[in-house]
Amino acid sequence: MKKNKIRKTKEDYIVDIIVYAIAILVAVSILLPFMQVITISMSPASVVNRNGFHLIPHEFDFSGYSKIMSDDNFWHSYLNTIIRAVVGTFLSVSVTILTAYPLSKTKLPHRKGIMLFIVFTMYFSGGMIPTYLLIKNLGLLNNFLVYLLPCLVTGFALIITRNFFMTIPEALEESAKMDGASNFTVLLKIYLPLATPVVATIALWYCVQHWNSWMDNMLYVSDQHLYVLQYLLQTILNSGQTPDMEQAVGIVVHTETMKMAALVLSLIPIVCLYPFLQKYFIKGMIVGSVKG
Amino acid sequence: MGTKRLGRKNNVLNFRDHYIMLIPGILFFLVFCYGPMYGLVIAFQDFYPLRGISGSDFVGLKHFRELFTNPFFLSVLRNTLIISFYKLLICFPAPIIFCLALNEIKSHGFKKAVQSISYLPHFISWVVVSGIFLEFLSPSRGPINILLKELGFEPIFFVADPKYFRAVLVITDMWKSVGWGSIVYLAAITNVDPALYEAAEMDGAGRIKQILHVTLPSIMPIITVMFIMESGKILNDSFQQVYNFLTPTTYGVGDVISTFVYRMGIQNMQYSFTTAVDLFKNTISFILVVITNAIARKTSDYGLW
Repeated sequence: MKKNKIRKTKEDYIVDIIVYAIAILVAVSILLPFMQVITISMSPASVVNRNGFHLIPHEFDFSGYSKIMSDDNFWHSYLNTIIRAVVGTFLSVSVTILTAYPLSKTKLPHRKGIMLFIVFTMYFSGGMIPTYLLIKNLGLLNNFLVYLLPCLVTGFALIITRNFFMTIPEALEESAKMDGASNFTVLLKIYLPLATPVVATIALWYCVQHWNSWMDNMLYVSDQHLYVLQYLLQTILNSGQTPDMEQAVGIVVHTETMKMAALVLSLIPIVCLYPFLQKYFIKGMIVGSVKG
Repeated sequence: MGTKRLGRKNNVLNFRDHYIMLIPGILFFLVFCYGPMYGLVIAFQDFYPLRGISGSDFVGLKHFRELFTNPFFLSVLRNTLIISFYKLLICFPAPIIFCLALNEIKSHGFKKAVQSISYLPHFISWVVVSGIFLEFLSPSRGPINILLKELGFEPIFFVADPKYFRAVLVITDMWKSVGWGSIVYLAAITNVDPALYEAAEMDGAGRIKQILHVTLPSIMPIITVMFIMESGKILNDSFQQVYNFLTPTTYGVGDVISTFVYRMGIQNMQYSFTTAVDLFKNTISFILVVITNAIARKTSDYGLW
């Protein structure tokens, strides 16, 4: 704690001005683009096309939202994303825990070798083309499983989970084993309840990863019924360069308001989860940066 | 407690359950991480998908020799390095300055609010970020261009103009990462001994001197480590970012290795050549990361493993 001075010096004022200016600059430059998006999403097209700032809505018109919400493709991709986020997170968390637990046992034979086997994949990969060919050969193109399996475990999540398990005293395990508990029971009944914070961290981690993912869709899925939200959003945002032609072919024309409405709708779950994201992501980041 | 000592021979048996637990995870890494690594052999082949890996002819280093004569690859490599260099130069110091500023703010509520706002972009996909910025930098609706017009300048189509494209990449990267990147440094600052500030104050050091001689030196080790590790990532272009901003008009300045591999490989099906490109990039990246990590570990306790 710095001592409270009775009088602020000139230097104090200068520092205060600079410091608050930086903080305000950062906050405002992050908020302004969001404000513009939200304003356009709820303004009538006539206002959007008029010149001038669109940072605070003057006239309200939610037709952008109602149009995008009546688009079946949009809801379908929204649902696909929710399914992949829920199922994918569950699978990822389960496999991560199952893999992290044995690796937290310092006496496990070949532990170092297995860790090296895993850590190596964090720094070297086959790259885009061999991965694509593998997915193709496995028959996962245009298959929902392609959203769940190739991103099943993240090395980083695995390591922070393992590190957390390692901090749990071994005496707990030993006493449970005396009572005849199996290794699986020890994991489920003793380690897992104690590891709720780290499980929450990795669950949110995987969940956000699933929510924001679009590359797997672009690379491996061409069936429109399997599109995920972010990829559909990308096609919506990029559409409408030639509105007349698209209208002639009968494709839904996405106006600026509709595009921004779709964008805002895609952000809602992130904003709802935000308090938890902040709390647990930061924890994970600090845990993760400490060497294990 | 003595039950654990069963002798070396029974060790593996004793851990049978643990090995069973490992099966799904190991299988995942084997198939989806090491599987593609096996696929890397096509970089040394003239690969035809119909013939498969076993049926395609080996051509040795042909595709790697082609790398250094291919004008497109050389331009893409240059773009990758230039963009990474700018990002290192500008996006690296930004969170440090932001964190030093936050640390000086006395009002707790204000500080928390600014922090919460600054973390938000971290959780948003590049699809959304590019959508937001195409709107924000739009020549007709974007506030920056409206200001330019008010001041009597011509509006600039930042995202499609080769002169400004790299700046757009650097600024959007900074926008997305400045808040999140500051967490590491803020965590380091909270560990600074308050007595140091008191002592500095006794010696008549003002706030500027306290920042420069107490706060900054105490987070210097982590700054060094982060810098070393960031510079190891100089070849790791951000596909997700660049792809969402890139248009044919900006290929000359903005096309990076991964977007090039995507276009040439997935879309034009030049599988062998683009795999060679990727392998070249991944190998150099890997060597750089290993070296920079070793240096980072020498300089302090921090490190990736």
